[in-house]
Amino acid sequence: MSSPMVSIRSLSKSYRRGSQIIPVLEEISFDIAEGEFLALMGPSGSGKSTLLNLIAGIDQADSGSILVNGVDLTRLDDSSLARWRAGQVGFIFQFYNLIPVLTAFENVELPLLLTSMSRRKRHEHVATALSVVGLADRMEHRPSELSGGQQQRVAIARAIVTDPSLLVADEPTGDLDRVSAEEILQLMEQLNRSFNKTIIMVTHDPRAAERARRLLHLEKGLLLSPAQEAGGPGPAL
Amino acid sequence: MFVFKLLFRNLFRHKLRTLLTVAGIAVAILSFGLLQTVVAAWYAGADASSATRLISRNAISLVFSLPIAYKERIRQLDGVKGVSYANWFGGVYITEKNFFPNFAIEPASYLAMYPEFILDETELRAFVHDRKGCVAGRKLAERHGWKIGDAVTLKGTIFPGTWEFTLRGIYRGKQPSTDEGQFFFHWNYLNESIRKQMPRRSDQVGIFLIEVAHPTLAAPVAQAVDTLFKNSLAETLTETEKAFQLSFIAMTEAIVVAIRIVSYLVIVIIMAVAANTMAMTARERIGEYAVFKAMGFGWWHICGMVFGESLLIALTGCLLGIALTFPVAAAFAAKLDQFFPVFLVEHGTIWLDLLLSLLVGTVAGIFPAWRAVRIRVADGLRRIG
Ligand SMILES: Nc1ncnc2c1ncn2[C@@H]1O[C@H](COP(=O)(O)OP(=O)(O)O)[C@@H](O)[C@H]1O
Ligand SMILES: [Mg+2]
Repeated sequence: MSSPMVSIRSLSKSYRRGSQIIPVLEEISFDIAEGEFLALMGPSGSGKSTLLNLIAGIDQADSGSILVNGVDLTRLDDSSLARWRAGQVGFIFQFYNLIPVLTAFENVELPLLLTSMSRRKRHEHVATALSVVGLADRMEHRPSELSGGQQQRVAIARAIVTDPSLLVADEPTGDLDRVSAEEILQLMEQLNRSFNKTIIMVTHDPRAAERARRLLHLEKGLLLSPAQEAGGPGPAL
Repeated sequence: MFVFKLLFRNLFRHKLRTLLTVAGIAVAILSFGLLQTVVAAWYAGADASSATRLISRNAISLVFSLPIAYKERIRQLDGVKGVSYANWFGGVYITEKNFFPNFAIEPASYLAMYPEFILDETELRAFVHDRKGCVAGRKLAERHGWKIGDAVTLKGTIFPGTWEFTLRGIYRGKQPSTDEGQFFFHWNYLNESIRKQMPRRSDQVGIFLIEVAHPTLAAPVAQAVDTLFKNSLAETLTETEKAFQLSFIAMTEAIVVAIRIVSYLVIVIIMAVAANTMAMTARERIGEYAVFKAMGFGWWHICGMVFGESLLIALTGCLLGIALTFPVAAAFAAKLDQFFPVFLVEHGTIWLDLLLSLLVGTVAGIFPAWRAVRIRVADGLRRIG
């Protein structure tokens, strides 16, 4: 097995609230192999989103390192980080976060605007991404004309349209009914298995966590799991 | 392409809010344009003045006159192309409310010096040959329904009595900015009447008009005239027509300054309104900006969206305001032509409108753009997530 895709060492992060310093992550170390489907679980406020944001390069750590495909994110400045995100990460949020004035098609096209791709090529990619999530027939709909599950599928299409190696999802089923949640999870599993996407998913839904191939528990900023040992993917739970 | 689509759709997200802001900017630009036009109208006389015309008056005050005998002496000075003269008559047509400027002039030489007053050849001849003839500007004649051949009677204020004239000509302005509201009659007619009633006040003129061959001669000729009559009974003060006109406006300068200040205050107010609109808009979209940033869009993209929207609003309002300025100014001009014989929206005002609306759009976008750029992605996402 080659070196892990994500390698986190002694990662710490705290927030300042007035004069008070609130530690959120304390000296966290673990690895994620390429092609993994990792679920991050833990009680609310345990630092799951913070950890996910750090791995996705949208937040700054206090100390420690985050290597993704050999690039240390903690050493990148804002604009390099932005460029890195555009090429490497797809985001899936709890509340879908689609741009309400854009159609499903245009929402998915958005990340491609940062590439040098021609309009025609972009449209091909968008069509492909939308068909992967099963929404080829809803391209011209605005988010408000779609159900929660459909919106989340558009968001997934948007996350995969640039073909990033890493997908991060923060409570992707948190706002969905059982059936829709199930569909989303199936889709993510498919992305992981068929398209070999590495997925990190924060959830506190055990049903969602079941779908992952590996589980990490975060409690008050510390990892509680067999994966406490650094290196190598932990066993699937 | 995509960017404009996004901008336009964002613009219509809160239709009422956008509409009100655009309407507010349009009204502000309209007010600004009208106030600027009032200021310009105030200066219209000075602006329309010629750089080759000098006006010589009694050095003590305009109230005092100069002897007609000066004319020949001025004419002999180097650089002088022509000399004419006029008296402010101050006559009233029926009632004081009908105010218009009326002058006793020497017809041929005076009109020759004002090529911007265009008078038909036959009308000019008729006027020159009729001792009691008069000429009125087109707007003035229209205002009172005068036709060629009509009798026009003025009541004298400075020169008492009832003065009867026959309208022999109606002049037109060469340019839209030419005053078409003046009234002229024969200085000789005035002088003869004065001579009969009060001989000591006869053979006097209010001002001499001096035409010089070239604008650069204005200063030396003015000085030569004043030197010529130094230490005489009536010393002269000679200045360009423009300076002469401006000396009248100087008395009302404070009002002009006030109007100017108000016109810019209107812009400052609308700037605050537009900034508030943009701040509300950006606050609502902080989460969206965070999503854009998460996907890798840079600060310039975010700025482009914020400023694009605020500039679009400002420019739309501006164009609407400019479009309104012309008809409204025309309506004003029709109502106020007695006070503002020239009431024209200047090109400069339109450019200023555009410039100020760009400023409004930019200023309105600064704070929201700064906030949107500064917010950390993780924090921005938390606002919605
Ligand atoms: N911007 C912030 N400022 C201060 N405290 C924060 C901020 N973001 C998160 N926190 C705190 O950090 C802790 C972890 O938050 P988070 O990572 O969102 O937890 P989780 O996703 O596991 O619920 C919480 O106590 C939260 O209140
Ligand atoms: Mg969370």
